[in-house]
Amino acid sequence: MSLEPHVATNLGVAALLALGALAAFRVRRSPFWRERLAEVARRRPWALAVIALYVVVAGLDAVSWRDAGPGLGEPRSALERLFPADFREASYSAPLAEVEFYGGAPLRHPGRHLLGTDILGRDVLLLTLQGAKVALLVGGLTCAIAIPLALLIGVPAGWFGGRLDDLVFFLISTLASMPSILLLIALVTAIGRGPLQVCFALAVTGWVGFCRLARAETLKIRELDYVQAARALGVSTPRILWRHVLPNLTHLVVITFVLTFSGLVLSEAVLSWLGLGLDGSWGQMIDQARDELSRSPVIWWNLGAASFALFGLILAVNRVGDAVRDVLDPRTLREGA
Amino acid sequence: MSTLAAPRAEEPLVEVEGLVTTFPAGAGRRVAVVDGVDLAIGRGEVLALVGESGCGKSLTALSIVRLVPRPGRVEAGRVRLAGQVLDGRNPELWRRVRGGAIGMVFQEPMTSLNPVLTVGAQVAEVVRLHERVSRAEARRRARSLFEQVGIPDPAARLDAYPHQLSGGLKQRAMIAMALAARPALLIADEPTTALDVTVQAQILELLRRLGRELGMAVLLITHDLGVVNELADRVAVMYAGRVVEQGTRREILATPRHPYTEALLRALPARAPRGARLAEIPGAVPPPEAWPAGCRFADRCPRRFAPCEAAPDWTRLSATHAVRCHAVAGGRA
Repeated sequence: MSLEPHVATNLGVAALLALGALAAFRVRRSPFWRERLAEVARRRPWALAVIALYVVVAGLDAVSWRDAGPGLGEPRSALERLFPADFREASYSAPLAEVEFYGGAPLRHPGRHLLGTDILGRDVLLLTLQGAKVALLVGGLTCAIAIPLALLIGVPAGWFGGRLDDLVFFLISTLASMPSILLLIALVTAIGRGPLQVCFALAVTGWVGFCRLARAETLKIRELDYVQAARALGVSTPRILWRHVLPNLTHLVVITFVLTFSGLVLSEAVLSWLGLGLDGSWGQMIDQARDELSRSPVIWWNLGAASFALFGLILAVNRVGDAVRDVLDPRTLREGA
Repeated sequence: MSTLAAPRAEEPLVEVEGLVTTFPAGAGRRVAVVDGVDLAIGRGEVLALVGESGCGKSLTALSIVRLVPRPGRVEAGRVRLAGQVLDGRNPELWRRVRGGAIGMVFQEPMTSLNPVLTVGAQVAEVVRLHERVSRAEARRRARSLFEQVGIPDPAARLDAYPHQLSGGLKQRAMIAMALAARPALLIADEPTTALDVTVQAQILELLRRLGRELGMAVLLITHDLGVVNELADRVAVMYAGRVVEQGTRREILATPRHPYTEALLRALPARAPRGARLAEIPGAVPPPEAWPAGCRFADRCPRRFAPCEAAPDWTRLSATHAVRCHAVAGGRA
């Protein structure tokens, strides 16, 4: 039985919600994480609120269903349902305009397009809001691929050393010395332009830095007394890696995730510029502005809305990222304490 | 392979025989850093292994449980524990022995506990590693272990993280972990070096009590003769990879015979006359590749004479006291 795409997406949202609930439960049970997160929330309430807003918008756009009854049309997302049905014009219209931008033909929804419409007559506000889903997908999915990959390769390299370490380091140096844009273009050309493929390509070019960090940290932890003590009390190697090494990398994972996330969202905009981005991303909207800015009079609302949305997310994530790093990084921790 | 033999009544609980550990010394040679160490410890007895830094005390302990860091290698050495002989290189066998039949306590309680797991979880982990019990049962066991090692309010302390405990409590938690599988031998490597003096005394008292109550053999590794005086029943003095003198605490501390033991004791501040300059042993333990072929203390020994070119054998002085010195054997000391 094959699932319709929108049903699969809905299930994905449900899975993410379940994961989020599990994470919240684990955090509540651990005094350390509860305390740290409360500290982040105390330092960056506004940035967190902004991120939450983006997440809610993306979530609303991810859940979609068909209307009941005969004449089943395309499924529409909860976000789209907040706007009137068939909320489109023929072409460009300025924010809150009554008539079309070129030609002056009357609009179907005069004065209702808060941020105007794009070249295909789509409402720019709706497009911008829908871009949140794409941005979070790029950041989240890529990290979800890159970080486990980096741990899977970096931790054994640091732990076992020797030939394995040499091999991994050769791989890291090789990947790091390739221009990442070139590698990205090659990968996307080779495996396709779907969301999963683009995220995979970004992950392949992005895991190297964290892999190096995970390897170095494992190298350090391996020599620590509590790992030696665990060995002296008969704990097996896989169990030491799982119980004693990985949990002590968690703070690095969290910091890397938050700091990488915003970089990835920006990378996607660059990819869009090269024509390799994801459909419906802010990067694509900005890319369109190449033509729009050369028109006269200039079409600015499309570019402005996408840039502002992108800027807001990146700023909020970076602000939270700084706080997370300060709160979790043992070095700043000690100075602050 | 391990074989089971019925233990005889007079047999010591733990015997280590012919322990040899080598490290590469360049040009394809390997030098024995632990060179034929034999130890025997009875039930409830505390044997102190003493010596200067670099003489191989800690390496002896690590060799017993086959945890010698690379590129070191245990070449030989049988361990007999309660009649069971442990030998060979099977890593899985030795993994089960560690924390099972042999428990270990380390010097640094501050860093020997995983900072992100509760101490209760860490004790329960060792319990479950060596016995098939449920999580709840492991937790109950951890709690009773905490009681046994004198941690106040054990139920609440199970859920504490290491940074929430004092150094003394952490060391007690480490001891609880080492005792989790009811070992026959407890190896304590400088267990009190990192602790306050008042806490030191408590931990030593605890080790003595546990050794007696649980009928364990305790191997105490220390360079602190004050600790030896406090806790040890018998003492083995180690120098440059070999045991050079063995005896009861009284024999070693009151009537030492080996020149090295004598020198160690003279270097104790409490024994020196007031105001006098402390005696010192000239030189330092040479690095293993420079150890002399014969008696290894010969270069620093005031009583050195011709026979010292050859390695000395044991000279029995009493049922419990033995020394490896040509000068003693030849009646020159």
